[in-house]
Amino acid sequence: MAPTITGPFGKPEQVNLIGSSAFLGRRQEAEKSAAQRGMPSFEEELWRYTPIGDLDPSKYRLDAPGGSIADVGLTKGIENEAAAIIEVADGQIVSTVINDEAIQVHSEGTEMENAVGSVIPIGTDFFTDCNLSYCTAPLVIEIARNSVVASPILVRQHTTTSEIVWFPRLVVQLGENSEATVVEHQASPFINALVCPVNEIKVAQAARLKYLTVQEHGPALWQISTQVAEVQRDAHVALSQVALGGSYARARIDTQMAGKGSSGEISAIYFGRENAQHDFRTFQKHEAPHTNSNLLFKGVVDDDSRAIYTGLIRIEAEAGDVNAFQTNRTLKLSESAWAESVPNLEIENNDVKCSHASAVGPIDEEQKFYLESRGVPTDIAEALVVKGFFADVLEGLPSRPIAQAIDGRIDQLVALDKERL
Amino acid sequence: MSTLSIQNLAVVVGEQQILKGVDLEISSGQVHAVMGPNGAGKSTLSNVIMGKPGYQITSGSIELDGRDLSSLPTWERAQAGLFLAMQYPTEVPGVSVRETLELALRSRGADHIDVASRLDEEADQIGLPKELLERALNVDFSGGEKKRNETAQLAVLTPEIAVLDELDSGLDIDALRACAERIEAMTNDGLGVLCITHYHRLLDHLIADYVHILVDGQIVESGGPELAQELEDDGYSRFVDADEETAGVSVAIGGRSETKNAAVSDSEDPFADPLA
Repeated sequence: MAPTITGPFGKPEQVNLIGSSAFLGRRQEAEKSAAQRGMPSFEEELWRYTPIGDLDPSKYRLDAPGGSIADVGLTKGIENEAAAIIEVADGQIVSTVINDEAIQVHSEGTEMENAVGSVIPIGTDFFTDCNLSYCTAPLVIEIARNSVVASPILVRQHTTTSEIVWFPRLVVQLGENSEATVVEHQASPFINALVCPVNEIKVAQAARLKYLTVQEHGPALWQISTQVAEVQRDAHVALSQVALGGSYARARIDTQMAGKGSSGEISAIYFGRENAQHDFRTFQKHEAPHTNSNLLFKGVVDDDSRAIYTGLIRIEAEAGDVNAFQTNRTLKLSESAWAESVPNLEIENNDVKCSHASAVGPIDEEQKFYLESRGVPTDIAEALVVKGFFADVLEGLPSRPIAQAIDGRIDQLVALDKERL
Repeated sequence: MSTLSIQNLAVVVGEQQILKGVDLEISSGQVHAVMGPNGAGKSTLSNVIMGKPGYQITSGSIELDGRDLSSLPTWERAQAGLFLAMQYPTEVPGVSVRETLELALRSRGADHIDVASRLDEEADQIGLPKELLERALNVDFSGGEKKRNETAQLAVLTPEIAVLDELDSGLDIDALRACAERIEAMTNDGLGVLCITHYHRLLDHLIADYVHILVDGQIVESGGPELAQELEDDGYSRFVDADEETAGVSVAIGGRSETKNAAVSDSEDPFADPLA
């Protein structure tokens, strides 16, 4: 039984939901779960401070017309050195190029069906349930055990058609003792659309994954994304997000330290301008002993933009010898910008080192004064301080060329045009 | 020939009157030392000259060659020819000294200066590890590296007048000597220096032409280098009115006893941090 597409979204003309009858059954189950749960409300803790009440899903037509990759933005030039390039637009896979035999990509069949939903079960939340029901181009990237994929795997996920809603689904599985870097590029022009990506990550024993998401959506698009990484024994994951666009861009990021000795670094850069709203919800879950996680989120709110960060570190009773840290800092560059930061800890074990720190504030006056006292004009001094604020997160990004491109974009955003002098 | 002229300068911080009418005139090539106990207003004087936010001038003027600086933003004062070597140089993540000086010099139209090679020369001369020139300003620098870095910047920017706020705090004797000797050499090329300090030891290496004693927001005595020697021997006791009941004086008395302790420890251990 396939899903009947009875959800709250605008009715499609025709959507091809692929899968075996068993998979279609799971899709239907997820659809029921979503219907029972209903759309979230801002009264729920997880949706506090959000504009979710403004979302009218019936305005977005469930559709997968396919499209073309329009603007490669900050990932320009990465394809030349990429180990694989997978491009997905408006619900359809556009192209798949694989240059490394350690990489396998599945878009259908048993491998796809077993992987989808393996980290995020049905019933997790409304949007992940809808994603399982309605994803039209599920993708599974598998890295063979004991192999090192040195160049980044580039996934472009673009939206180019107005008034649609679509559900990108990407599963990344690293085999035992393997290593890979994934760069995901999410982009759209100035269109009204809704995108709800779900990203499941499984890092097997002793494997190492770096995953960078670069979000360059147009200023009218809504994105509600969920990323969950399950990290097995002695494995390491580094999840980074660079969020530059969207009208409302939400990212829920969960790291599950499931195996003994696993570790994770979670970082983000966000830059809000005009009326943009950035929303981050993070969960650092420690289920096993000797595990570490370190989170560093830094952002800027300018103009009338808003930013929300809420984060939870959860340490289970059986997880001793744990280090878990969480830092969120937001610079407020204008009077009418707004930011909220809510860190939380839930600790069931005594043998842990945990800290959380959060701050929302203006540009550091002392730093600005120092630069001005050398003769650097105020506007340039402010731009340098803002740029410097992001330096530690930028330094940790996995792809040098992209980090440099982002650095250049931040220059533009803070209007640091060195050549104009 | 340049002159920094401070006349009848009165400054309020918050509700508190810190400077109560200060007069100073520093010309090219001269070294003026302003010495005083803790709480006398020394750092306020250096910050207000450079235009740090948070200080309100209630009367008086700060002029460089007849141009009133007191209403100018900090960077314009710097471009007009002032420099402040800070007591605690601020850490600026992600911004290198090279980039800072390039932007500073380019925006004042001094494109002809090759900042990278000038900084290299100065780093060599002052004993500043060159890798620090590309690293974030003052981040994880030692006390000595911070002050060497301030001195190297001073030498590359070539201002008319440099204000040194406690250049001698937080660094060892080798670094102090290197910085002081470099600045001494710059005064021979015409740099005017206003050197603000609590202790005498900087003046062993950077010879002051004039010494001014600042107590409770006022200059209570001015003289030659012999005045600094007197402070070294006797502390600030002669300049502090023990009967006065203002908060500033109680701080000053604390400062006096600290001075004596420091003088002793200085001779025993030249590497001792006077602020420790």
